[in-house]
Amino acid sequence: MSWLPAWPILIPIVTAIIGFLVGRSPGLQRAVSVAGAGLLLVAGVALMADVWSNGIVATQMGSWPAPFGITLVADHLSAVMVVITGITGLAVVVYGLADIDRERVRFGFHPMLHFLLCGVCGAFLTGDIFNLYVWFEVMLISSFALLVLGGDKEQLDGAVKYVALNLISTVLFLSAIGLLYGLTGTLNMADLHRVIPTVENQGLLTAVAVMFIVAFGIKSAVFPLFFWLPASYHTPPVAIAAVFSGLLTKVGVYALIRTFTLIFTHDTGYTHTILLWIAGLTMVTGVLGAAAQNEMRRILSFHIISQIGYMVMGLALYTPLGLVGSVFYLVHHIIVKANLFLVSGVANRLTGSFELKKIGGLYKSAPFLALLFLIPAFSLAGFPPLSGFWAKLVLIRAGLEIESWWIVATALIVGLLTIYSMTKIWGQVFWEPHPQGFDPSPDKGPLKVSRRDYLLLTAPIAVMALMTVIIGLFAGPFYELAERSAAELLDPTAYVAAVLGPDALGPTVAEGAAR
Amino acid sequence: METVLAVTVGVLVAATVYLMLSRNLVKFVFGLMLLSNAANLTIFSAGGLIRGEPPLVPEGSYVPDGVVANALPQALILTAIVISFGLLAFALVLAYRAYQELGTVDTDEMRIAEPRPEPRTPAPAGKGTAA
Amino acid sequence: MDSLILKTGTRLLTALMLVFSIFLLFRGHNEPGGGFIGSLVATTAFCLYAIAFGVTEVRKALVIDPKILSIVGLALSLLAGLMAIVQGDMFLTGVWSPAYVDGSSALPLSSVLVFDVGVYLVVMGAVLTVVFAIEEDKL
Repeated sequence: MSWLPAWPILIPIVTAIIGFLVGRSPGLQRAVSVAGAGLLLVAGVALMADVWSNGIVATQMGSWPAPFGITLVADHLSAVMVVITGITGLAVVVYGLADIDRERVRFGFHPMLHFLLCGVCGAFLTGDIFNLYVWFEVMLISSFALLVLGGDKEQLDGAVKYVALNLISTVLFLSAIGLLYGLTGTLNMADLHRVIPTVENQGLLTAVAVMFIVAFGIKSAVFPLFFWLPASYHTPPVAIAAVFSGLLTKVGVYALIRTFTLIFTHDTGYTHTILLWIAGLTMVTGVLGAAAQNEMRRILSFHIISQIGYMVMGLALYTPLGLVGSVFYLVHHIIVKANLFLVSGVANRLTGSFELKKIGGLYKSAPFLALLFLIPAFSLAGFPPLSGFWAKLVLIRAGLEIESWWIVATALIVGLLTIYSMTKIWGQVFWEPHPQGFDPSPDKGPLKVSRRDYLLLTAPIAVMALMTVIIGLFAGPFYELAERSAAELLDPTAYVAAVLGPDALGPTVAEGAAR
Repeated sequence: METVLAVTVGVLVAATVYLMLSRNLVKFVFGLMLLSNAANLTIFSAGGLIRGEPPLVPEGSYVPDGVVANALPQALILTAIVISFGLLAFALVLAYRAYQELGTVDTDEMRIAEPRPEPRTPAPAGKGTAA
Repeated sequence: MDSLILKTGTRLLTALMLVFSIFLLFRGHNEPGGGFIGSLVATTAFCLYAIAFGVTEVRKALVIDPKILSIVGLALSLLAGLMAIVQGDMFLTGVWSPAYVDGSSALPLSSVLVFDVGVYLVVMGAVLTVVFAIEEDKL
């Protein structure tokens, strides 16, 4: 029994508990938080290394054998997602040292963030669909707390919409799990993969599959269920918005990928066609929504939606290359999007607003920041040789391969429109002079940012930008990682064997209708 | 018995939809409460119903005696109840706080995070009128 | 609320309910009951106490802030899960006192009990935090 898959869940909980217990001292809390995030990253990398060399790792909680107990499974996809969660977590914690005010730290920003990371890691690692629901809830309740932390009017307003729609999705997910259990008699995902073909009523199964699409669709903010996202993501402090934009919707996408490769593959002609339509429409509406916005964070929020479309597109094509693209996109996008949010926060600190019309002049006064914006922005739009280029290239090749012309055309046009939004931000925030005529530099400007703060704010951005460049320049290993993940997703034999034992996929026993 | 439960779930969901279509945030939260109960009943009935046979293992034995009710759906429901209890408590408190801060429970009136776009007519700069 | 009947009744009932909640907690090991349900009974007792005497009195009676209570409970549950590491098992595997395993003691002490006590504290702390926040109007 390996403990490796358990640590990414346990470390954030322990960090959060210690963080709460030392709550009276913000300094101590910050130290604990940074240490915990660092450890999480280490645990993620250790897990990744193990999976890379030894294949899928599965472990049974409480030593109860699968399919009865709760299984934690780490395949390549889960492992890489945990690593990325660690990176984002650490970046946001460091950024938060300068961005989150004392009041919010005292209210428990750091412990709450670690609870969120715990939920995210749990969702990536669990091999049980009901347990996935529980991790979603852990994630959700801590995201609620983070969203209203501090209690500004704007935050409450955004939170109402966020909470309302996410709770509906939660209940839908729960009902779908209940119906799925009624049909199959099991909740273990590997076991579900085995039992699904033996279910008599395949039509009902498809109906349940669609319920899952809707439930995860709300979580991952796809068309037409995305309204909560641009209504709420720009309201909390930037550090929180960055972790939301990087991780939360991606957990929804991960859940879609997991369920629609492992469980619901009985009628791909129907379910995956729906997904393809969703993908195309999500890309278009997201990017058009962004074009209509004039506030930096809201533009970025709408771009999250349009990018989700690309990830779902790879899944919907359901070819090896398509899934490679999805996984690559997922990894690249978490880094890039969180980074862009962090940049918007620094821009706000220096110029005093997020509104494009009210700010400007950053190119002259903070050229390094301008460079740090350009890298993720170009990567988001898909310029070579950055990470986004490869992600888009693979997806488009996957689309061409199965001659799905219109989705390819949509993806390319949406890429162009992404450049439009990015140049809009570039022009108004960096290029044009500041409308109030002052020089928004970190050391001389009217909104001074201390050296220590500026360093803490830009260091995570620089590191993540560097990672974007590295993924772009040395795409080989990352592509292989995505390829391995996709292979595991398309042929879950290894996954099932790791969870249920090597001979689980023998002649299908008639225990399918286990009632 | 399943039929009765199925109808109950249907009625609960219908009531939920009615409540959720309201702009009133409090009604929405009430709808959510009904909906989570409907979900729990769905799990309960989907898991199969057996009357009057509690899944208890008799003294000195390791397996239950004969056919007993499925305990798993009940465990799932218990978990779901605990979770929805927490979430609904949060939702209620949030609704209350939002009312205190924003002065309304009408979701259409909550426009602080998403202000209405300014009218497109180009106003002459400098000549501020009390529009 | 200032009512003599309520206050007198509450004194008696609170004590009784608290004892009953502990009973439920321990009974939950092999029979219906357990940390969660026991904790709800205890919480109800404190809520009743709060209605009769006010939140300030309950805070005094509790001594520890409910928030801390739930965090301590969480730590306890986690610890119960981690105990399995001693005997080389996976997280959350039950660990039993050696005396019970070899039959020299009839008292089934185990990490499962620690876990349940943790749940007891978490639920009580969390619910009381919310209730107090609403009662004191300090949201």
